[in-house]
Parts: sequence; C-alpha cells; structure tokens
Amino acid sequence: MAFFSLKSDRFLQAQNLSLVLQQVMVVGVLAIGQTLIILTAGIDLSVGTVMALGQIIMAKLAVASGVPPLEAMALGILTCVGFGVLTGVLVTRVRLPPFIVTLGTLNIAFALTHIVSNDLTFSPLPSQELFFGKTFSFAGADVTYGVVLMFVLYAVAWYGLTQTAWGRHVYAVGDNKEAARLTGINTDRVLFGVYTIAGLSYGIAAMLLLARTELGDPNAGQTTENLDSITAVVLGGTSLFGGRGTVIGTLIGAVIVGVFRNGLTLIGVEVIYQYLVTGILVILAVAVDQLAHRRQA
Amino acid sequence: MSTTRPILEARGLVKRFGQVVALDGADFELYPDEILAIIGDNGAGKSTLIKTLSGALQPDDGEIRLDGEPVHFRSPRDARRAGIETVYQDLAVAPALDIAANIFLGRERQRRGPLGLVLRLLDKRAMRREAARHFEELKIGVQSMTQPVENLSGGQRQGVAVARAAKWAERLAIMDEPTAALGVKETRQVLDLIGRVRERGLPVILISHDMPHVFELADRIQIMRLGKRVAVVTPQTHTMPEAVAIMTGATRGELEQVLHKAPPDPERGE
Repeated sequence: MAFFSLKSDRFLQAQNLSLVLQQVMVVGVLAIGQTLIILTAGIDLSVGTVMALGQIIMAKLAVASGVPPLEAMALGILTCVGFGVLTGVLVTRVRLPPFIVTLGTLNIAFALTHIVSNDLTFSPLPSQELFFGKTFSFAGADVTYGVVLMFVLYAVAWYGLTQTAWGRHVYAVGDNKEAARLTGINTDRVLFGVYTIAGLSYGIAAMLLLARTELGDPNAGQTTENLDSITAVVLGGTSLFGGRGTVIGTLIGAVIVGVFRNGLTLIGVEVIYQYLVTGILVILAVAVDQLAHRRQA
Repeated sequence: MSTTRPILEARGLVKRFGQVVALDGADFELYPDEILAIIGDNGAGKSTLIKTLSGALQPDDGEIRLDGEPVHFRSPRDARRAGIETVYQDLAVAPALDIAANIFLGRERQRRGPLGLVLRLLDKRAMRREAARHFEELKIGVQSMTQPVENLSGGQRQGVAVARAAKWAERLAIMDEPTAALGVKETRQVLDLIGRVRERGLPVILISHDMPHVFELADRIQIMRLGKRVAVVTPQTHTMPEAVAIMTGATRGELEQVLHKAPPDPERGE
C-alpha cells in the first residue's frame, strides 16, 4: 500500500479507495463461496464462468427477452445455485474430486455463456439491475450499495461459520472427515450445503458484476476472477488442506488482491504483466500454506 | 452363579465375507461396572465382533441384546443412539477445533430462547464449562478448553476421544486399540483414564494386543479364536502365558469356568 501511494498520489484518495472496494466487491463475494469450499478441503475452479453465465442470463432475459428485471435476476441467481447443487451432488453422491468436477463445470458454464448470449453484449440494462452499482455519500466518500451488500454477506458468513453448529461441522469436515462422520455428523449434507451456498454467492456476485459493468458481457468474469477468488482465500490465511481459516481473512485477502490490481494499473503496469504478477502471488501464498502445514505434521 | 444380567450380550453371531467366515457363532457378554478385554490373534474375529456390536457391520446370523432387549444396529449412529460410544485407535478428533468443540462435536448446545431457536447461536460458554467440569472429574490435566486439539500430545488427544466417549455413552464404551498409536508414557495416561471411566460406573469393552495392559486393567478377558469365543478367563485365574496358549490353540479353552460369573466386586458381597 505504502509502495503504491508513493508511486501514485491518486492511490490514497478516498475516491480511489472507494473505487478499489467497488472492484473488490465482485471477487469478495465470490471468495465467500470459495472460502466455504476450501474450508472443506475442496476447491472450485468454476467460480468465474458460473458467475459469467448467471450475469449473461440476467442481462439477456431482461434486455432481449422482455422478462421483468427482478425475475431475470432471480433466474440468473438460480442458475448459479443450480451449478452449486450439481457440483454438490457429484462430489457427495458420485464421490468425484471437486477439482475435476469444477474443471468440467468451468467449461460447461463457459460454453453455455456463449451459446446463450450468441456472443452478443446486452445493454442498456433496466435500472433494477443497476441498483447495486449506485452510490450514496458516506463520510466524504461514495459508497456503493453493492459494497454494503458484500459487507453484510461477510457478516452473515462469519456468523454462520463461527457461531453455529453448522459452521463447526464445516470446519470438522475439512479437518478430519472421518472423525466428523464418526461423531454422527452427516458429512455429505454439510458438503452439499456448502456447494449450494457457494453457488448462491456466485449468483449474487453476478448481480454485482452486472451493476458495476452496466453491461451483459459474455467475456466478463472469465479470466481474472477464478484466480483472484482463490488468491484472496489463500492470502487470507485459509489452508487449502481444509479445516483452517476465517472468512474475515478472506475479506482482507480480497482487498489486498484489489489493491494490488488497482495499484498496478495506477502505476501503469500493463494488464498482461498483472496476470504474471498475480500468478506468482498465488503460488507464493500457497507455498507459505504448504510450509506451515508441513511444520504442523 | 450370579444373577446379574449382562448389559450387552450376543449369541451365535455369524459374519461371512464371501468365502471367509470372520465370525463363526461367536458369543459375548458384558456385565455392569466391568472392563471386558477381547484378545485374539489377527483374523480371530475380534475386530469383526466389535464392528457388529458398534453397528459398523451387520451380522448374517445371531442375536444381540442390550439390557435384555434384542437390538439391530444398522449403523454406528443407531448404536450411538442406544448409548454405545466407540473410541478408535487412529485418534478420531478434529485437530483444528478446540477441546470443548471436539467434546461437543455433532452434539452442539445452542442458546436458549430465540437466539438459539431462530439464530442457531451456539452456547460456547456453557459447552466450555461443561467440558472443563467433565475433564476435572476424569482428572485429565489440560490448560484450557479453548486449546486446539492439534497442540496436545498424542496421549492427551486420545484422552479427548476417551472423554468424549465417556461423556456421551449412556450404556457402555468400546475402546478399539485405544493406545496402539501411542508411546509408553502416553499409553499409561490413557490406561489410567480408562480405569477411571470404569470407576464412574461405565462398562468398557477393551480391544488390545498388549497382554500386560489387558491383564492389568481387565476384570474378565474374552479369548477369540477362528471366529469363536474359546474362553473367558480372569487375571486371577489365568496367567498371561496360559491366555496366550489358549489364544494360539495350544490349550483348549475352559469356557465354563468364568463364563457366567459376573466380575469380581468386593462391594457387592456375593
């Protein structure tokens, strides 16, 4: 942060910081679902394309098919939840590894996005679909409703994970699945719930993405979001081995990723080098996790 | 002959895996307030017997009675509901969760009133307090209920598993090789703990390979061979070499000798 504020005097201005938060809100909400899944020792590679599919359904139905905006949004969210349910069924009933399942759904959602959209973009969006991109003034900065929603979702996720039995079961399933099963926890139901809730978070992220870009774009959300959501979770201290981590850490991780990308843009680093740097960043973060895990064992 | 009724008994249990007959008409009784050890060579059927008693396997034939009533456990969950808890050798705890969370795992307590009913808010303080009291009663020394289990020694971790079983077992606890993964000193701690669990009135089935421990701790010892119970002895009537001889088939078992005798209990004054 200090580095970027030295390099660009725009960095620390309230306006830019609220811009960072606006950029963080999409990855931030995606990373909630990703955190839940990684806590159970799984991983979701399909977050970006599933969100993109949800977003294009919301936009196309409202702009081109004459569906009322709220219904279009609900259908987009339901599509994402459906992908969560599908992944949950494949992981718990067919016992496939989440890595492979979501590699498959990544491609399925990617293809469906382009099939549904016919590679067209959709605009102008109805005002209801833009609501979460609107801002209000708070303490001299413009705050986006979507950012507020993101904080609310983090509060809900924090509560669920730390203050309820369900949260403990999520940790236990990722920590020692066999022990969790032997104490009478229905581990399949916990896993299924986690993937379904994750799907819901992708649907909400799709809604925020649409409100931010003000455009239904088949190419949106398919490149950086996957990696950024995983980077945010791992930077936030959640272990890829499962059972350890917090959703608050993920929020901090998401902000770090956002600051990083924003800072790189402000000091004029080309987009392609941003890929390079974030790729290195996630590998470093995972390496630290791996070393910490080895020390425990 | 005592008239004490067994807590748990089994008659003529048969379990086949394809061509292999793991249990070939095995019998079993566990009486109140006793530690019953089950010994036998590899493949003698002790593991299969325990799994049928804990609900992990279903017998092909035979009968299991709990407090005199026939029972059919279709899963470990059924057995648990009937008051039978099992401790496994491979430290079945969640290492990242703290001690209190492990004790209450799957049986979490919620706050009373709307906070619990609607918001499903955990009553962490009550769980911690109750876990601490339970540890005190069992004389398990740990600094704090909020320590993650991974920071404990192997013996203390198994202590957490035994304490959990003792807390929730209403009828009996099964300890399946509870010290197999532990060092000498840690084994000592866990054995002492199992002794204290029995003193609190919970009958224990102990499966172990370690003869000195079995002879030290058990009130009666059931010897398995080729899927059958071949003898029930006590540390008072038999020596270790004699038990091993029966186990390996060198000596015929003396089944009737102590079979229907309740555990020696000076206070009962029979």
